[in-house]
Amino acid sequence: MIHKYELNGFHIIIDTNSGAVHVATASVCDVLDYYETKSREEILAILGDRYPLDELSRAFDEIDGLISAGMLFSKDPYENLAEHVKNSETVVKALCLLVAHGCNLKCGYCFASDITDCAGQGMMDLETGKRAIDFLIENSGNRKNLEVDFFGGEPLLNFGVIVKIVEYAREREKETAKNIRFTLTTNGLLLDDKKLDFINKEMSNIVLSLDGRKEVNDRMRKGHNGEGCYDRLVPVFQKAAESRKQNNYYIRGTFTKFNLDFASDVLHLADLGFKQISVEPVIGPESVFTIKDEDIPRIREEYIRLTQEMIAREKSRNPFNFFHFMIDLTGGPCALKRLGGCGAGTEYLAATADGELYPCHQFAGIPEFKVGTIHDFDINNRINKSFSLCNVYSNDKCRDCWGKFYCGGGCAANAYAENGDISVPYKIGCDLQLIRTECAIMMKAALFDSI
Amino acid sequence: MDKNTTLIKTLNTKLLNNTESKGGCGECQASCQSACKTSCTVANQICESK
Repeated sequence: MIHKYELNGFHIIIDTNSGAVHVATASVCDVLDYYETKSREEILAILGDRYPLDELSRAFDEIDGLISAGMLFSKDPYENLAEHVKNSETVVKALCLLVAHGCNLKCGYCFASDITDCAGQGMMDLETGKRAIDFLIENSGNRKNLEVDFFGGEPLLNFGVIVKIVEYAREREKETAKNIRFTLTTNGLLLDDKKLDFINKEMSNIVLSLDGRKEVNDRMRKGHNGEGCYDRLVPVFQKAAESRKQNNYYIRGTFTKFNLDFASDVLHLADLGFKQISVEPVIGPESVFTIKDEDIPRIREEYIRLTQEMIAREKSRNPFNFFHFMIDLTGGPCALKRLGGCGAGTEYLAATADGELYPCHQFAGIPEFKVGTIHDFDINNRINKSFSLCNVYSNDKCRDCWGKFYCGGGCAANAYAENGDISVPYKIGCDLQLIRTECAIMMKAALFDSI
Repeated sequence: MDKNTTLIKTLNTKLLNNTESKGGCGECQASCQSACKTSCTVANQICESK
């Protein structure tokens, strides 16, 4: 399977199975249109008035060479691997700890829609937190690298317990020869110097929530008193980003139908000095700000506008990183990782404040998705098994998609929210993922010779 | 067009199907943990055994 497209003046060919990415002339792309269905002579007759014959002849030679090298029209060697993934033993290596169900913001698009006001509500206690660490270690098999993400609600509302959970985990690490990487997602309202020092010492990554321009951010991200948080948070986050030397953090925003010109928000965040940026489309129940099919062309234009500006900034040595445009063509994850996707419900689980386990943070609180508790869990439970059967070969839409090895099959929670089935992909999510992949690869092509 | 210029330039230095046999150590990050929490992208994850 190949995918051919033209973007920003580049003709790009992606060979799905080998992962090879080629930049070619228009003549090569036109030859490829007919390559599998017509003879060489027929193609020369069709294209002979558009290109010199010697150019077409060279196009054939180069195409044939890439096919021989397994980099064009390459065969699919992975389907048996997908069966192996389904039948292999899984271990839990990542745990999202919902340490505080309450939040000191009340954002319009929050997927935890029953979120409550501030402290005292749904707080994880230390004993539960410690047991969660034990649970992770006990179920991690021989995996060395484990992950714990402090999430909420707003996790800093329960900072004292976070500190003690981390202290406990560091002791358990030594006893068990595990390496636990902590991350934390925060709205920043409680992020003071003392907490930042602890976070910088202990957390491998932090996610700082801010949507972009003041009017965009404050429209959705409001306190319980209705006031926006932009003015208060920008200096706090700038300081946090600098304290981490502009690495190992993300300033993370959400865009909605209200700001389909979201490239301006990404660029605004970059202009504020942030170098690690992730701005993502809103998900969740139907609302006035929900992204619809009809918005896709506009969003595509914005992603393209963003790539053009990022290319210009890269060339002027003022680059920034955009999470969803990161693609490593010199390596990246292995085929097995790409087959199985995010790992929700298999190697990744979320634990609520009272120790209930769900396939991921987005399923938390949905009774039919409860997979157990941190005290009582069988990794072969029915729900976990249903997640382990999901991969890019378990439905026709993914199987036939050129982009399947970039997304790993998409987000199961979005699939369930949209279609009531974790194995039926969320269409808008797929459309946007493919656009982002095309843009990210075009950026690689544009910068190939200039770096 | 210069006759010495190739018509196709390959950007990769590593191919996915070469990772088939030796991949799968599972030590890499769960993709949702790093930044997004609302979508799934795996191609931007780092291989721990590289």
